[in-house]
Amino acid sequence: MAEVEESSKPLFAGLSDISISEDIPVEGDISVPVGSQNPDDDFSTLDEPVKDTILRDLRAVGQKFVHVLYPKKSSALLKDWDLWGPLLLCVTLALMLQGGSADSGEDGRPQFAEVFVIIWFGSVIITLNSKLLGGTISFFQSLCVLGYCILPLTVAMIVCRIVLLGALSSVSFVVRLIVVTASFSWSTFASTAFLADSQPANRKALVVYPVFLFYFVIGWMILTFSPSP
Amino acid sequence: MSASQGSTNTNTEPWGSFDDNIIQGSGSAVIDMENMDDTSGSSFEDMGEIHQRMKEEEEVTAEAAATEEDNGEYGEFLGMKGLKGQLGRQVADEVWQAGKRQASKAFNLYANIDILRPYFDVEPNQVRNRLVESLIPVRMINFPQKVAGELYGPMMLVFTMVAILLHGMKTSGTVIREGTLMGTAIGTCFGYWLGVSSFIYFLAYLCNAQITMLQMLSLLGYGLFSHCMVLFITYNVHFHSLFYILWLVIGGLSTLRMVAVLISRTVGQTPRLILCGTLAALHMLFLLYLHFAYHKMVEGILDTLEGPNIPPIQRVARDVPVVANAVVNATIKSIAAVVQSQ
Repeated sequence: MAEVEESSKPLFAGLSDISISEDIPVEGDISVPVGSQNPDDDFSTLDEPVKDTILRDLRAVGQKFVHVLYPKKSSALLKDWDLWGPLLLCVTLALMLQGGSADSGEDGRPQFAEVFVIIWFGSVIITLNSKLLGGTISFFQSLCVLGYCILPLTVAMIVCRIVLLGALSSVSFVVRLIVVTASFSWSTFASTAFLADSQPANRKALVVYPVFLFYFVIGWMILTFSPSP
Repeated sequence: MSASQGSTNTNTEPWGSFDDNIIQGSGSAVIDMENMDDTSGSSFEDMGEIHQRMKEEEEVTAEAAATEEDNGEYGEFLGMKGLKGQLGRQVADEVWQAGKRQASKAFNLYANIDILRPYFDVEPNQVRNRLVESLIPVRMINFPQKVAGELYGPMMLVFTMVAILLHGMKTSGTVIREGTLMGTAIGTCFGYWLGVSSFIYFLAYLCNAQITMLQMLSLLGYGLFSHCMVLFITYNVHFHSLFYILWLVIGGLSTLRMVAVLISRTVGQTPRLILCGTLAALHMLFLLYLHFAYHKMVEGILDTLEGPNIPPIQRVARDVPVVANAVVNATIKSIAAVVQSQ
């Protein structure tokens, strides 16, 4: 121990000679910051009219809808994620799946809360799964992508509703089956175009399968929907 | 862990000296209690103390006025505490820091999904191989068989079974009054997987079998592959004999595999018998239950094979109009009797 101290002495021995020469002015302003600085002083969105805020958000949501309908390799969905679009789609789908009167006798139809919970819980589970498999995408980005890719299924639901305004025959069933199958594969393809990039190359199938199952369950709920007589 | 962001660190002593930063109001863990409001009464000695304190406060506030200006309301609120409300803000600040520290500690401890990360470290071909192997009983039972400890395959199988069950419930026209279709399906599948795994693990602990909880979860999860296949086929093709054949063959193969693995890890005849008998019974009976609980009522076939089989979940609505009619009739009769007697 003594040798260590002796060897370390020359290292620090010269520190006592350090002095600040007088021609370097050492002065300044030391103030402890009290209260938080406002980070977006120059970009405060608090004072703009509500119409501007809503229109800006709606435009962002609409832009993401376009990205889902034509899935290219763009990062718009990922960079600035938002959950407005998924919420809108989820509520629309749940309302349309509920049908006419709420307390009909044969209550085989999913309730509003059921659809809501399926969509959000399913998205959370898929996100957790993709994170556990080593994905680089963040939690809310993944939720955003999965929610926005429900858009084709919502469109299919609207089409089914229109078709069901006519007769409830086997032709209408075949038409609905085709429409729902097409939109469900579109949804799966669109979401994997965004999600699978964040996975290691050989594990894409492991991530795609739960997404496939998720959209399959939603598509099947749409297909088996029949309006109250 | 992390140095506090805003406060100065003047550690002159090893344990960290008291920081005299009341005036600055940065969040330190030490509150100077000298300036607390002293409500010990208005005795003569205290009045002198109070006067002395007020003089000190005037000097201090004269200094503090240069640094802060917006504490007027705090000063008034705290009464004679003066010091422009530094105490209140310091306490609030410190409570916030402590709360944040606790919350982040709890979050890192419990919501850390990295705990589960090693169990999801699989390749697709590994999953496929394990799925196929779950139907092939092993021959060698004198040597402990290797059980993969992963959770991805079992979880995906449970969710697939939920989807298949949902389909079965819909096509059988099951009506669930108290609850939802989805909730029942999820509850059944996850309940079976987690509950039976835990029960068999407990039995294995009693019977001295060498198997961990994770391995048991994985084993039973992969055993659900046979259930998925059988249910998928028989919910769409409604032949009873087909179901029984598939139940015996595919269900039996999967049960044999699980039983063989457990036997290879247990010593002694009686423990083996108990453990494997229980597992076999539960596994096969679950498949039987799932088929018949959500089974489409095909008239004619059922009548020849067994009696009317009401699915246990389906509730038959009571005939309310008859009861209501009876009540109304009785009331009218009684009213008529009263009117006539008058």
